[in-house]
Amino acid sequence: MPEPLLEVKDLKVHFSTDDGIVKAVDGISFSIAPGETLGVVGESGSGKSVSFLTIMGLIRSKGALISGEVLFRGQDLLKLPSDELRHIRGAKISMIFQDPMTSLHPFYKVGAQISEAIRAHQDVSKKEALNQSVEMLRRVGIPRPEERAKQYPHEFSGGMRQRAMIAMALSLNPDLLIADEPTTALDVTVQAQILDLIDRLKEEFDAAVVMITHDLGVVAEHCDDIMVMYAGKAVEYGEARDIYYNSHHPYTWGLLQSITRIDEDLGERLRPIKGLPPSLIFVPRGCAFHPRCPYVMDVCKQEVPPLLPSAGHHSSACHLSLAEKERIFDQEVAAQR
Amino acid sequence: MGRYIIRRLLWVVFVLLVITFITYFIFLKLPPGDPATRFAGKQPTPALVDEVKKQFGLDKPFIVQYGLFVKRLFLGDEFGWPGLGKSFNTRAPLRPVILERLSVTAQLAFGAALVWISIGIPIGILSALRPRSLGDRMAMGFALFGVSAPVFWLGQMFLYIFWFKLGWAAGSGFYPIGQYGFITWANHMIMPWVVLALLFAAFYARMSRGNLIETMSEDYIRTARAKGLAERRVVVRHGLRSSLTPLVTMIGMDLGALLGGAIITETVFNLPGIGQLVVKSVSENDFAAILDVTIVAALAVTLMNLLVDVVYAYLDPRVRYT
Repeated sequence: MPEPLLEVKDLKVHFSTDDGIVKAVDGISFSIAPGETLGVVGESGSGKSVSFLTIMGLIRSKGALISGEVLFRGQDLLKLPSDELRHIRGAKISMIFQDPMTSLHPFYKVGAQISEAIRAHQDVSKKEALNQSVEMLRRVGIPRPEERAKQYPHEFSGGMRQRAMIAMALSLNPDLLIADEPTTALDVTVQAQILDLIDRLKEEFDAAVVMITHDLGVVAEHCDDIMVMYAGKAVEYGEARDIYYNSHHPYTWGLLQSITRIDEDLGERLRPIKGLPPSLIFVPRGCAFHPRCPYVMDVCKQEVPPLLPSAGHHSSACHLSLAEKERIFDQEVAAQR
Repeated sequence: MGRYIIRRLLWVVFVLLVITFITYFIFLKLPPGDPATRFAGKQPTPALVDEVKKQFGLDKPFIVQYGLFVKRLFLGDEFGWPGLGKSFNTRAPLRPVILERLSVTAQLAFGAALVWISIGIPIGILSALRPRSLGDRMAMGFALFGVSAPVFWLGQMFLYIFWFKLGWAAGSGFYPIGQYGFITWANHMIMPWVVLALLFAAFYARMSRGNLIETMSEDYIRTARAKGLAERRVVVRHGLRSSLTPLVTMIGMDLGALLGGAIITETVFNLPGIGQLVVKSVSENDFAAILDVTIVAALAVTLMNLLVDVVYAYLDPRVRYT
């Protein structure tokens, strides 16, 4: 295996609040190789966004207790002084967000906002930075980029704004692009365009990508590896085809079954996962998923299942035996898809 | 933009007409008895009442009177433009009086605005950047004091402490800059400025604190940080820019309201401004003066509103008027 670009070891992000400790991220480990795409899937509140905001150094709450290691090219970002981390942020690792409507500053021209990012890391003139910004807008497929650069965000459509955000994020040719639900706020047709754009640019810029999403269907064809998160923990982690065709965790099964399919019979009901995600202050004892799990056993209510590998680097955190998991997946999950 | 401003100015004229009409109605039509009798003094003879009626045009029908007033206002009268008539009490032309008093009130209001902006907004920003710190708590304590302390009490306290006891500032009264020079003028204005400004400073501190805290949790602030900008730049260029823009509206509205007379401050510090004239003309039933101060107050508010809207369109690119 090549030297990982980003290696996260036992990352924990807890927030102390008046109501108790919120274990937003509770010990996740993963690694990303250069040029690889990792999908991070989970419901709202599963800790996927918080994990990557922490890696970016964007968690600023005073009550945040952060532990573990975040090794970027061997350097622990959690130990870097904020000023050095700032030079990595935006230049080596950049991020785009869920809502392009609110992620750009409404008072500044789009070109100026991209230029500002360039000039934060490179010693170039304003004019040069603006030229680069226009070029980036062109590369993300914005027509008439010279004119568009002089417009304000409110003159852009949602998809165009997300393209502009991507242009900004890639303007310094980063090694890693973190896309936090980049298509959630967009129309379905635009979603596909943006995902294809990220795919294409990833090749062009030779960058690794983290795709954070709550929709397994969205990341299917775009990711090499997938990590499924639940209540601040990774419950299943492996190559995309393992997750789709040989999944080993009941929560992932639930996600797979809840994907809408266009070839499904009319009248077929969506199969939601029963229940709600747990409160992160009072996480259920044992496996956090056990109150919602159709295959729950006594041991699940007592002991937290460790994330154990079954084959290669496919691992899952579930007390069911491997044979049982494969039987259930084949008979109940795959059969229904 | 030009068309927009013209349309708004026409609107200002309309508002002015409505307000003066209502004032006319309230002071001439609603009170019982003949207005001329009221104006003619304690023991009016019929001849005197007739004379008063003629002199002030009260012998004509109400609507004609109002029409004549509007005509004088817009076309000017024997004392110049705009025609503001003459006092029912002193029979002297009101135009020079109003202009002089407006100048006093303007000096008070703009000076105070400078003070409250330069105290209130920095305090608000500093406490927003360190919420719940000792400094923040002290600043908000000050804000609570400023909001709660009544101006008439604060004014007296200031006069007692800083003039009577300590002798740091000059006492009450107005000393025009042209006549007495800058030092004497400013020395007499400093306490009215500060006392009037404290109340507003407190509001502005709270507003700018709240706005900035809210802005700093916006998505675009996260974007600015994610770009790798220095925190200072994030706060100044991205945070302050959008959190202070709404304050422009407040400044305009408050100034507009103050130009119509800061009654209590003017009274406590004995400043001959519009506010004092309001009190005086109402208590003396000087109808012409009441009309004029009403016009001044209405104009100040509507014109400031217009100015605010124009400035706002310049500051916020999302706002465009056509």
